Amino acid sequence: MPKDHGIGASQKRREDVRFLTGRGQYTDDINLHGQTYVYFLRSDVAHGKINSIDTSAAEAMEGVVRIFTGADFEGIGGLPCGWQVTDRFGQPMQEPGHPVLARGKVRHVGDPIAAIVAETKEQARDAAEAIVLDIEELPAVVDMKAALAEGAAKVHDELSSNLCYDWGFVEDNKAAVDEAIKNAAHVTTLELVNNRLIANPMEPRVAVGDYNFANDESTLYTTSQNPHVIRLLMGAFVLGIPEHKLRVVAPDVGGGFGTKIFHYAEEAFVTFAARQIKRPVKWTSTRSEAFMSDAHGRDHVTKIELALDADNNFTALRCETYANMGAYLSTFAPSVPTWLHGTLLAGNYRTPLIYTNVKAVFTNTVPVDAYRGAGRPEATFQIERVVDKAARELGVDPIQLRRQNFITQFPYSTPVAVQYDTGDYVATMDKLEEIMDMSGFAARRKESEAKGKWRGLGVNCYIEACGIAPSNLVGQLGARAGLYDAATVRVNATGSISVMVGAHSHGQGHETTFPQVIAEMIGIDESQIDIVHGDSSKIPFGMGTYGSRSLAVCGSAMVRATEKVIRKAKKIAAHLLEASEADIELKNGKFSVAGTDKSVDWAGVTLAAYVPHNYPLEDIEPGLEETAFYDPSNFTYPSGAYACEVEVDPETGKVQILKFAAADDFGNVVNPMIVEGQVHGGIAQGIGQAMLEAAIYDENGQLQSASYMDYAMPRADDVPFYIVDHSCATPCTHNPLGVKGCGEAGAIGSPPAVVNAVIDALASGGKNVGHINMPLTPHRVWKAINS
Amino acid sequence: MYAFDVTRPKTVAEAVEALGAEEAQALGGGQTLIPTLKQRLASPSVLVSLASIDEIKGVCADGDTLTIGGGTTHATVAQEAAATYPALAALAANIGDPAVRNRGTIGGSLANNDPSACYPSAALASNATIVTNTREIAADDYFQGLFTTALEPGEIITGVKFPVPQAANYQKFVQPASRFSLVGVFVAKYADGVRVAVTGASEGGVFRWTEAEAALSADFSPAALDGLTASADGLINDLHGDAEYRAHLIKVMTKRAVAAAN
Repeated sequence: MPKDHGIGASQKRREDVRFLTGRGQYTDDINLHGQTYVYFLRSDVAHGKINSIDTSAAEAMEGVVRIFTGADFEGIGGLPCGWQVTDRFGQPMQEPGHPVLARGKVRHVGDPIAAIVAETKEQARDAAEAIVLDIEELPAVVDMKAALAEGAAKVHDELSSNLCYDWGFVEDNKAAVDEAIKNAAHVTTLELVNNRLIANPMEPRVAVGDYNFANDESTLYTTSQNPHVIRLLMGAFVLGIPEHKLRVVAPDVGGGFGTKIFHYAEEAFVTFAARQIKRPVKWTSTRSEAFMSDAHGRDHVTKIELALDADNNFTALRCETYANMGAYLSTFAPSVPTWLHGTLLAGNYRTPLIYTNVKAVFTNTVPVDAYRGAGRPEATFQIERVVDKAARELGVDPIQLRRQNFITQFPYSTPVAVQYDTGDYVATMDKLEEIMDMSGFAARRKESEAKGKWRGLGVNCYIEACGIAPSNLVGQLGARAGLYDAATVRVNATGSISVMVGAHSHGQGHETTFPQVIAEMIGIDESQIDIVHGDSSKIPFGMGTYGSRSLAVCGSAMVRATEKVIRKAKKIAAHLLEASEADIELKNGKFSVAGTDKSVDWAGVTLAAYVPHNYPLEDIEPGLEETAFYDPSNFTYPSGAYACEVEVDPETGKVQILKFAAADDFGNVVNPMIVEGQVHGGIAQGIGQAMLEAAIYDENGQLQSASYMDYAMPRADDVPFYIVDHSCATPCTHNPLGVKGCGEAGAIGSPPAVVNAVIDALASGGKNVGHINMPLTPHRVWKAINS
Repeated sequence: MYAFDVTRPKTVAEAVEALGAEEAQALGGGQTLIPTLKQRLASPSVLVSLASIDEIKGVCADGDTLTIGGGTTHATVAQEAAATYPALAALAANIGDPAVRNRGTIGGSLANNDPSACYPSAALASNATIVTNTREIAADDYFQGLFTTALEPGEIITGVKFPVPQAANYQKFVQPASRFSLVGVFVAKYADGVRVAVTGASEGGVFRWTEAEAALSADFSPAALDGLTASADGLINDLHGDAEYRAHLIKVMTKRAVAAAN
């Protein structure tokens, strides 16, 4: 019988009760006394020189409290970048300023120029229309390769070019890789685009700034995945507010997908303006604003080459990528195409020699940063597409080619600087073949052919590095922060527990899964345990939620803190039971003396801790509350094998996904139902990238897919019922729960399976197409068929 | 949105009077107009909601004519036209999503004449008559280009009269994001010939594919279209498909419509 309690139980998400009944408390639900509203006047040109901004008429309009422009931020810091990449030549990346409000120039459509604070939203917007702008439009830089050409317009005049950095990894391998490719029996080359995406969380971004002049305290309510990161960046680098005077609250957040990690201008603005006008200032993004102000994702242009020997063993991999940074460096942008991408290029294979070169480029587009998977989907897509193409070129079975090159010995040190602790790629591939019913594919293909359709089967593997990340390692790699996390386990007098965690839940279900862990450890019911998150004044300094890290890093901190609590509780129990501490056992919420019938229950001990009438006060303090910080010693390495079956209508190019299976190795799993939900959501996003989504700019830097009329999000009927399995578990060796993380896997593992399946379908129809760039819209597929 | 007043007349006469006001704008189901207002792309002084006028609602079959009130929602058409004119009901059932179908109206759609909307193709292929508060307009005269119709300012579509065909079908190939038609083809077969109307494809809005009509009037079978090619001239080139693709889809969708109608 499946467990209904503790680790491994598919408990229903307790947070859903409030979300589904409208009882959630989102940032936009927060309205403060005397609140004002800000409207941002944003650039409608991609690149321009600001000659003048005349706000005089607007300032006189009804309800206007104050209008701010870039000039009001004289002496105030710009938005900081949290990661400094060092280039191939040992030089730091070019790091331009990122003003809160544009100064001198506008650099992308959506760049905020002025902020109108008024009594109502409509008044602010009315006044914005009365601002007279004189902006001299400059040539826009949109295409990355054109941006690096001699004589290209510069996004940032103070930089030497539009090149942020030219990064090589592992630079010492370069010559050997070049040599291996030159001498290979076969080289498969693939040029591809990893399409630019917009995260589109259901809840747009919102920020409310508040200031209490009586005690000089600022509070920012914001839609963030990591309130402490925002407090650190904004307090220390932008506004100069010390931590004890700055509280950042991220209440219920309706999805993040990475785009709510970063520190945004609007957050700094409302905090700053609230101090200036001594009234709360609120901003709620419209969906249209979200398209042009939320950091975008992906946007890589890549050439990848895979070298094989005469026996089809992979001998070398070379990758050349152009990565779009957009107009400014978003908080973690430089890390995505480098350390979150280059270190993953071994994939699941024993390729001995790997070299990647990444040129990060400034363009007059919205900044690009981490989006579900962040660098790892880009790495996976390239590898799994080029391996598939190689199999097709060599006329070998794509699954066999993968199996032949799998890493099978663990731990495994890759040539790209990481060490995989565990994994079993053969097991997940075996499982995939089983759950996908691959042996029945030939018959299913015949059925499709009878209807005039082409059926294709695509598979891929993936490996990701999660549980981000060991602080000493990322520090060496350029991170300007540590990436530990923290938890405080506060046991109350009657035995209930409040757990304050640095991780932030915005869809992940922490409020359900974290208590399952503690319930298992202590042996009490989950209903006794609540999770507190999202408020810097309540929780210990943690780094938040992204990179599939919450359970692996923050969960580990919680385990450590709980272990400390149990150790202390055992001391108290030993005192109460007049026994030796070493003889105390904790089982099912009861402390007992080994070999006797003497026992005291959990609540008896917790009560003694807070009512210490009979208590070893000479040895230990009263109370039962412990904090732990956890800094992992390595990344975790979830892995898996995915398969997709499609049917292509050759007349129209329309692709229908008929079947999708995922065999994942997440190590140990706390709540299987929530894990499956995460995989479902991730696959839906991966299918979105593969089939539907694309942020497309025209040559003038205008975003053409700037609303849901043109930006296609996956809908329920775009995706099939998924077959998911996570039974092939090789627990992580270095965190206490043996967990690996599951949040991004679906989005990382699914795009190549979809594209591989479509290429396979076309081949079955006699159309041998090397590659089609995502999204595989009917138009693109039809063009590929008819080219 | 800019500020505006709203009035909810109960009769066509009251609505016509209200629309006489300066900068007045009729509001059907609001599925296009409300987003336009939110974007501040329109600034009417008063919105005259047609939603409370019962006399322009409903579906009525009378002999070979199906009359649909201008204020009838897509959801109602989907349900109530199903027995008489199933192809039209099916078209209505696939417009937007349930929220759109329960607000949007046939009169609103035809008055807006979005080049990618579904209804214009049905009206044109059926040789429908657009009935307004002042006159009756044949579909061939009604559609005059992108978002342009024969309607005069203040004129209200009170109903649409559809001659019921012997056979008909609508094939909609959706634009993946908006799910409007990238190309939609409505084929209707009458005793005196076949009409084929195409939406979604042309820069000039809905149009008739007359070569296909001639071929299908002679032989109402997909094979009758084999030798034909829809011209790419004047077709839409956008993110979702170029003119050549749309021209190709016109033929594919027409064939499928004929096959389904047979």
